[in-house]
Formats: sequence, C-alpha cells, structure tokens
Amino acid sequence: MSKLRWIFITLIMFILYAPIIVMIVFSFNSATSTSVFDGFSFRWYQNLFQYGGDLLGALRNTLILAVLSSLISTVLGTVAAIGISKMRSTWVKSTVMSVTNIPLMNPEVVTGISMMLMFVFVGKMLNLANSVNFFTILIAHITFGLPYVILNILPRLRQTDKHLTEAAMDLGCTPIQAFFKAVLPSITPGILVGFIMAFTMSLDDFVISYFTNGTFQTLPLLIYSMTRKPMKPDVYALESIMFLLLLVLMILLNVIQSEDNKKKGARLKK
Amino acid sequence: MKKLICAVIAVLLIVGLFGLSFLGESNTDVDVIDEQYYKNDYTGIELNVFNWGEYISDGSEGALDVIGAFERKTGIKVNYTTFDSNESMYAKLKSGSVSYDIIIPSDYMIDRMRKEGMLKEIDYSKVPNYKLIDEKYHAQYFDPEDKYTVPYSVGMVGLIYNKKMVKEEPDSWGAMWDERYKGNILTFNNSRDAFAIAQFYLGLDVNSTDKSDWDKAAAKLKEQNPILQGRVMDEVFNKMQAGNAAMAPYYAGDYLTMADINPDLGFVYPKEGTNIFIDSMCIPSNSKNYEAAMMFINFMLEPEVALANAEYICYASPNTAVVDHPDYSLAGNEFLYPENQDAIKTEYYKDLDDETRKYFEKLWEEVIIN
Amino acid sequence: MNKTKSGQVVLNAPYLLWSAIFIVVPLLFVVYYAFTTANGSFTFNNIINFFTNEQYMTVFWRSMLYAVWATVISLVIAYPFSYCMSKVNASSQRMLMLLVMLPMLMNLVVRTYSWQQILEKNGLVNTLLESIGLEPIQFLGNAGVIIFGMVYNYLPFMILPIYSSISKVDKSLLEASNDLGCNTFGTIQKVILPLSIPGVLSGITMVFVPCVSTFYISRQFSDGNIKMIGDVIEDKFYRSSVPDYNIGATISLVLMLIILISLAVVNKFSDDDDQTGGVVI
Repeated sequence: MSKLRWIFITLIMFILYAPIIVMIVFSFNSATSTSVFDGFSFRWYQNLFQYGGDLLGALRNTLILAVLSSLISTVLGTVAAIGISKMRSTWVKSTVMSVTNIPLMNPEVVTGISMMLMFVFVGKMLNLANSVNFFTILIAHITFGLPYVILNILPRLRQTDKHLTEAAMDLGCTPIQAFFKAVLPSITPGILVGFIMAFTMSLDDFVISYFTNGTFQTLPLLIYSMTRKPMKPDVYALESIMFLLLLVLMILLNVIQSEDNKKKGARLKK
Repeated sequence: MKKLICAVIAVLLIVGLFGLSFLGESNTDVDVIDEQYYKNDYTGIELNVFNWGEYISDGSEGALDVIGAFERKTGIKVNYTTFDSNESMYAKLKSGSVSYDIIIPSDYMIDRMRKEGMLKEIDYSKVPNYKLIDEKYHAQYFDPEDKYTVPYSVGMVGLIYNKKMVKEEPDSWGAMWDERYKGNILTFNNSRDAFAIAQFYLGLDVNSTDKSDWDKAAAKLKEQNPILQGRVMDEVFNKMQAGNAAMAPYYAGDYLTMADINPDLGFVYPKEGTNIFIDSMCIPSNSKNYEAAMMFINFMLEPEVALANAEYICYASPNTAVVDHPDYSLAGNEFLYPENQDAIKTEYYKDLDDETRKYFEKLWEEVIIN
Repeated sequence: MNKTKSGQVVLNAPYLLWSAIFIVVPLLFVVYYAFTTANGSFTFNNIINFFTNEQYMTVFWRSMLYAVWATVISLVIAYPFSYCMSKVNASSQRMLMLLVMLPMLMNLVVRTYSWQQILEKNGLVNTLLESIGLEPIQFLGNAGVIIFGMVYNYLPFMILPIYSSISKVDKSLLEASNDLGCNTFGTIQKVILPLSIPGVLSGITMVFVPCVSTFYISRQFSDGNIKMIGDVIEDKFYRSSVPDYNIGATISLVLMLIILISLAVVNKFSDDDDQTGGVVI
C-alpha cells in the first residue's frame, strides 16, 4: 500500500517536473536554440553572469513586485477571510464572495484593461503624465492575489472550531491574543498556501501587467513580448538558476521546520 | 545549531537571488560621430522607450549594450519596455496611460497613427545622423513628406522550407496549398499576414478595399485549413529548426537564424510577390521629452550603434553606414540585400479604412474558428 | 455585542473598501462597455450579437466543455494524490507540498516551450515511441492536449486546498472510524470526504474559473488551431486591428455570469447548514 502510494506520487511529480527537466537540459545548449540540442556548454550561464543584460534587471523588478504584492494581499486577505467567516447574513456573505471571485473569473485582459481605464480616468483628473506606474501595477497584483489567499484560508477557518476563540478568551486571553494564539496557528497552512499562490500568480503575470505597468518592466513582460523573435536559452538559464535556488530554499525551510517540530515534540514528552 | 546554519544559508540565498540581478557588466563603449552633440545637460530626464521584444542589441555575449551606452553617454535614464504586436502597442498608446517618448512601430501602424494625430513631427535638424538613412527609404507612403519617421529596420517575408521534406524548390505561394505536405505546413497566426499570403497567391491586392477580394482570400484560407499543421509566431523557430514542419512563411533575417541551427532549410521569395515592412522610430504626440527623444533617435543612427542593432536583429538595415561598414557580417547577404531586389515584387501593408478592417477581421474569425 | 460589531467593522472595512474600488469600479467599466455601442449610446445589441454569432457560440461551448473536463480530471488526480500525501510522514508531507508548488514558480512560456519539445512531431515522446517500434502521434493540435495543458498548469491549485483540508482532519477521528469497524475505504467515504468538501470546492473554483477564460495555453498546445473564448476576448481587446471593447466586454460579462451560476450550482450540491462560510457564492 505504502509502495503504491509512492509510485503514484512519483508519477504525478514526474509529469509536473518533465518540462522543468527539459528546461534545465536546454539551458546548457551550446547553440542558440530551445529545440535542437547541439552540445553541452555553459555559454548561456556565462552570458547571463558576465553581461547580465536586461533579463536580470527585469528579474529584480519581478521579484520586488511579487514579494511586495503577495505580502500585502496575504495580510489583507487573511483579515478579510476572518471577517467574511464571521459574517452572519448569508446575503451579505454571498455578495462579498462573488465580488472576491471576480478577479479570478474575469479574463485577465479584461481585468487589465478595466483597471487601466480606471487608472487613466483618475490620472486625468489628477493631471498626471503617466497614470500608470509602479503603484498601479502593485495595486493590480495585490487585487488578483487576494482571491487566492481568501479561498485558501476560508476552508481552514470553516474547519476550525467556532468555540476556539471563546475558549481562549475564557482562559483569559484578549480577543487579539486569542486570535494569535488559537486561531492563527490553525489557519497558518492556509495562509502559507495562499501566499505562495499569490506570489506565483504575480511572478508570472503578463496581461494585467501589460496594461498597468507604466514603464516598470518585468520578466514575464519581456518574455511574452518575444513574438517576432524567439526566446533564447539565456531565459532558460535564468529560470534554471531560479529553480535551483528555490529548491534549495525549500529544502532548508523544511529542515528548519523539522528541527522545530522535534524540539516541540521533545518538550511535549517532558 | 543545524537550524541556525540552515537559516543563514537561506538568507544568503535570498540575498544571492537579488544580488544576481545586479550582476553583469555590459559593453557600453561606443564611438560617436559628433561627441559634442551629446554634451547637452539632460541629467535627471527619463526617456520612455517602447519597442518590439528582442529588437535592440542588449549586450549579450559582449555585443554593445545600446541602452546602457546611451545612458552612459548622456546621463539620461531610459525606461525600456517592450510590446508583442503593432496592435497591442496601439491599444496601450491610445489609452494615454503612459507618455512614451520613442516608439518603433511598423509602416501601416505609423500611417494610422499619423492620420489620427498621435505622432509628433521630428525636427530633422536636431537629428544630424538622419543623413545616413538610405535615400530609397525616404518619403515612404506612411510618411510621404518625411516628417514623422526615422527608419530603423526593414524586412521581407519569404517561404522557408525544409529541403529534406520538400523535394523540389518551391517558387510560388501555391506550395502552401500542396496536399503532399499535409500536416506539415505552418502559417502566420495573425490576420493580416495570413491573408496576405492568400492574396499574393491569388494575385489580389493586399490593400484592397473591395470586399469580394477579401472573400476570395478567405475562401482560399479555408481551403488551406485541413492541410495546415498550425498557426505560429515565435514557435516557428523551434518547429523549423527541429524539422517538425516542412514549410513556413517568415522573415528573411529569421531564416538566417534558423538555418544556423538547421542547414537543411531553404528560403525563397515566391514569384507572386511578398510583403515588405519598415519599422521606424517615431515620437508620440504626448511625449514629454521631445529634445531628448531626438537625441535618442540620433544615437540609434550612430554607425556603431546601428551596426550592433542590425547584427542583433538580423533584418536589413536602412542605414548606409551599416551597409557599408567593414565589420558588418551580413553585408551583401543574398536574402537580406538581394541583388535582384527590383525583380522581387514587394508590397507594403497599408492602413485600411475601418470598414475593411472590420470586414476582414470578421472573415478571419470564420477562417480560424471551426 | 457592540464590541463585536466594531470588531467586525475593523476586520471587514479594509477589504470591502479595497474590493469596492479595485474590483467593483473596474467591473462597472466592463458593464458600461457591454451595454453601449462604440459611440456610447445604450444598446442590447452586443448581447444579441454574441448569442447569435455561430463562431462565438462554438468557442464558448468548447471552452465550457474543456474547462469542465480539465476540472474533473484535476479533481480525479488531485484527490487521491492529496490523500496519499497526507499519509506519508510529516516532513515528507511538507516537502511534497513545496515540490507541488515549485513548478508553478517557473515562467509559463518557458514551461510551455518545454512541453512543446516533449510533445512535438519529432519530440521526446515520439522519439521514444519510434524507438520501440510504434507509430508517432501528432499530439499538438488536439483538444486532448489542450485539456492536458490546463490540467498540468492548474493541478497544484486543486491539490493544495484539498491537501490542506484533508490534513486538517483530526487523526483521532480516523482512529475512531477504524475502531468502529470502517475499513480504509469506509473511512475515506464517511469521514475524510465530507470533511474535505470545503477544500474540494476551493480547488474546483481555482481550477475551473481560470480554465474557462484561459488563453495562452490553448493557443500553444493546439499550434494555434483551436481557439478558446479567452483567446477571442484577448483578440477583441488586444490583438485585433479593430479593437472592439464592446463585444469583448459583453463576452466577459456573459462568461462571468455563467461562471457565477455554475459555481452556485456546485455549492448547492455541497450542503448545508452554511454557518461558517467557505466558498459561498
């Protein structure tokens, strides 16, 4: 049974990682092609490190934007999810949830254009030269990250015992303490997943960014605009480095958490 | 302890990831014709440049980093962003959300923007290097009085084919309707370019305003549907390089890139005629830095800069300093600068009236949705 | 009582304000365009045009169908996967969760390019097939491959919420169920399944909704042969030489309504004495 389980898990993982493997292989291509492998070389890595080019600058912008927007949407979304879960009127609740789902439902290009129209409208009123800029793209990214955060926290909240807060308060906690000590730990996995999803969406968004970015160039904008000319393996090299860094980062985080849990376990045994 | 080490490594990695983005020192050394010209004090100015993706020498593999060189020379900061089609560029510009200072669209789009008053006249006395532009690219239909544009790059569409899969060398667009290549034919994934091939083949005018002409072309395209492998843009490179398709229409310069990887590829300009385009630098009417924008245009015309761009983009250059440059690797290339240029029938796309545009876009939907 | 009320306000105000400004107001622009002509006068024609246009209808139903398939397949893979995940030891669970998300952090264009290399005519899979003496298959261009592409791309969005809710199920509950004579299957059916419904609903929302309006994936995996409604909307706003915001807005408005209705139906199936929320539509 346990073996079967691992076979299934490995199979799905293989499908998820198949394109990543291809990406890494082609990042070592000696030719300027992402389809014909000519020979092994570090050409594209060397190019990336030695000359950097616009890829690295765009990567920096992308990371700044993704980190900021996903953090803000996580905080805002967590508070919102708790608020929504406490709403009593079904009518109000379902209205709010429908609104929450809109950024998911709206095709990205519609969200992008409608936001741009609004920003232009406001920009004209304030007489700005550029009505879209870094802040508008940040707002846009926060907005489409919110539903992912909320949708991941609500199920956890729903499973959390309603009386948890009351119990904590009976034990002498203030409502805020009760939240941090009782509710927050039980919804943390949801918050984490929500954060990572928001981060992911921001990291890879193109269409909404195109209309709200102003002159703030991100990596996806750069990559998606390669339509007349193709992507070169240097993009693969960059993504491979990012992949490796993130993988190591995740393993480290896991080790840290395991250590934490061991300590907790030891304490409990005492 | 283990935890601490892990945490330290994790932090280092995150810092490293950000640090990575500051790496890289590109080549920004450039000799210009008139050093004095760039001596104006424009420090603090930010220029917004909007260009096609992968359409400027970006410093990779030691080539000139054009934007970096301009910034170093003038002290102007350039905000460089990219678009993926003339139409998406237009959509963004029309909204007025950003005031761009330089854009580089293609001919028919320039024509349209000029007519709609979206472009600013260029003061050529402030662009001394304009004299380097080949006479034959002056006064084109999209700018008949030479007021708004400075040509940047020129390209022609041809038929790229795989010699292993296509036995006899095709000389006509008709090859794209040949049943023998069923499932191996690629075409453009945008309306105007795809229509043009049918129009050339049928001997129709690509700029026709006669609806029945468009009907005929659409019928021809529908006929092609069952034998097509796909409609592609940038994917054409991978497909042709790896021998996944027998033929595809694309630009001559890009054929050179593909043939580098796959020597089995051949290229022809079909006898019925083909599309030629000129991408030109323009200044939008809401530009806030008119003077600096002209300085940028002038810089782009500098022989060394234009040479780096021409090598990078691989399309023909309208700049005489490039064509005659001793270091130009593509000089006299038989596909980019064909000797029998005049024998090849070429046709520019022109900006069509709204009604025709609507009509062929509707036909296009009928062609592609089935 | 008063205190909880003010607490409510503090909790809800920021988000309500945010969504009113940045979600509802832009939505009004969409509504405005959907019900006006190019010159700005009121009309129902856009809606009529959409529903009477043969091409749009074809694409529309195709998109719904593909999205349903992609959602169902994702669910069928994700549920057992999440269950298996919740059964391995805690440290592996965390690692697996991270590993499921990691591919999503890579650029979509790069991943799609890679898939094309795998599935191409002379791609990796076909080379493999030929080497064992089988006929190569033309993968790209098929409807099935588009659905595969969507499943691939959105699978983590199904796995994570389901896993998150399965892992939340109290261990003692499972033991109790075993003690009461349920086998593994019975436990899944009677205990885990009902308790993981909120996660499943979140997953369905996060997969189905973006799938309906997906655009890049369909184009790439079909070699540009099969259009989905997302592609059509993108064309209308972005690619066409005659951008038509009115019909584009109309299509997306209709799409939104249909999605809202389908989600409402899905939620009706779920239950229940909905006191604590979850995905309420």
